[in-house]
Amino acid sequence: MKPRQKRFVFIIAGVAILSAAVGLVLYALQNNVSLYFTPTQVYNNEAPQGRNFRIGGLVVEKSIKRQQDGLTVTFDVTDTAKTMQVTYKGILPDLFKEGKGVVVHGKLQPDNTFYADEVLAKHDENYNAAEVLTALDQAKKAQSGTAEAQPAASEYQIPTTK
Amino acid sequence: MAINWFKYSAPSTFYVLAGKLIPWFAWPAAILFFVGMYIGFFVAPTDAVQSEAYRIIFIHVPASILSMIIYLVMAGYAALGLVFNTRLSSMMATALAPTGALFAFISLWTGALWGKPMWGAWWVWDARLTSELILLFLYLGFIALQASIEDPRRADRAGALLAIVGSVNVPIIYFSVQWWNTLHQGSTIKLSGTSMHIAMQQAMFTMLAAMWLYVITVALMRVRSIILERERNTQWVADLAEVKQ
Repeated sequence: MKPRQKRFVFIIAGVAILSAAVGLVLYALQNNVSLYFTPTQVYNNEAPQGRNFRIGGLVVEKSIKRQQDGLTVTFDVTDTAKTMQVTYKGILPDLFKEGKGVVVHGKLQPDNTFYADEVLAKHDENYNAAEVLTALDQAKKAQSGTAEAQPAASEYQIPTTK
Repeated sequence: MAINWFKYSAPSTFYVLAGKLIPWFAWPAAILFFVGMYIGFFVAPTDAVQSEAYRIIFIHVPASILSMIIYLVMAGYAALGLVFNTRLSSMMATALAPTGALFAFISLWTGALWGKPMWGAWWVWDARLTSELILLFLYLGFIALQASIEDPRRADRAGALLAIVGSVNVPIIYFSVQWWNTLHQGSTIKLSGTSMHIAMQQAMFTMLAAMWLYVITVALMRVRSIILERERNTQWVADLAEVKQ
């Protein structure tokens, strides 16, 4: 083998071994790399015990309730399999809406509700004009012929347990 | 007509070629930048969810894509220089690093500006954001390592190893939103199609083309300076018209 072929083989082998090592490390750290846990993971006790963490999912339709003090909000977060109630006192981001994605940081309470100190809105990767979405909605409604209004045409990405 | 490509791996010939090529990349870059900005601000519609704030995507996404592509190209050139001992490949890697660092920084900066109004946070330690930050550090580490070694050929070899090792990070950035739960949304541009309004796509891809041409332009300009600096004691540099003056 010529020296340059030798160097080439060394580089390829080095990168391959390194990629495998990094892959194994990331696989081992999977739960630490993920930003949030899904309600299903929390129910399966996969979430850390006794320290704060984040949960993520979709805000359940018609679950947002404001308390008497006007600041405290409760809402349900679902991954479509399991649902958790979240209590939060503070200002919500603009994109926080029913049916939309959300990531909340806080503490699991003994009654299995979640007390949040930070609420972040998670939006999806679809971008479209408002008029187009309205038109799609109307077309959908006309086709299905149901009187019940669907909230939007876009399909929301449902967080999954990976 | 057969072209002897290896002729251009000699710094002296490439110096002249790069000088001739620069305007062919610089002008289209400038024109496409203004076309892309025009489509982005005046043609692309208001987004249904994020209203006007989404328009930062026309800078954010091309800058992020290029920060990753530049890294792979830089690592490729560095590896080529290491394997074949070609001086010009190593100079190209050195020339690309500052632009790559700039785009990684722009990606993080515009991402923070976008994250605050939409998510509600400037920064989260999400896998996508963190791996992009590591990419910026890899660029800065590459530049610092090369600058700290006096002998350019040794600096090239040390930098090449760092660049090649760091290329493992690029697929991690790209797939982070699929592999883990992240606050950052998934990819809009997919093999199965792009989930975006057509005018928004036109603006984004025009901006990507403009920035790509800009990268080539500045890389060629910078490699010309590096060639002059490293070959300053040679006869061909002394014979250059612009040096003789």
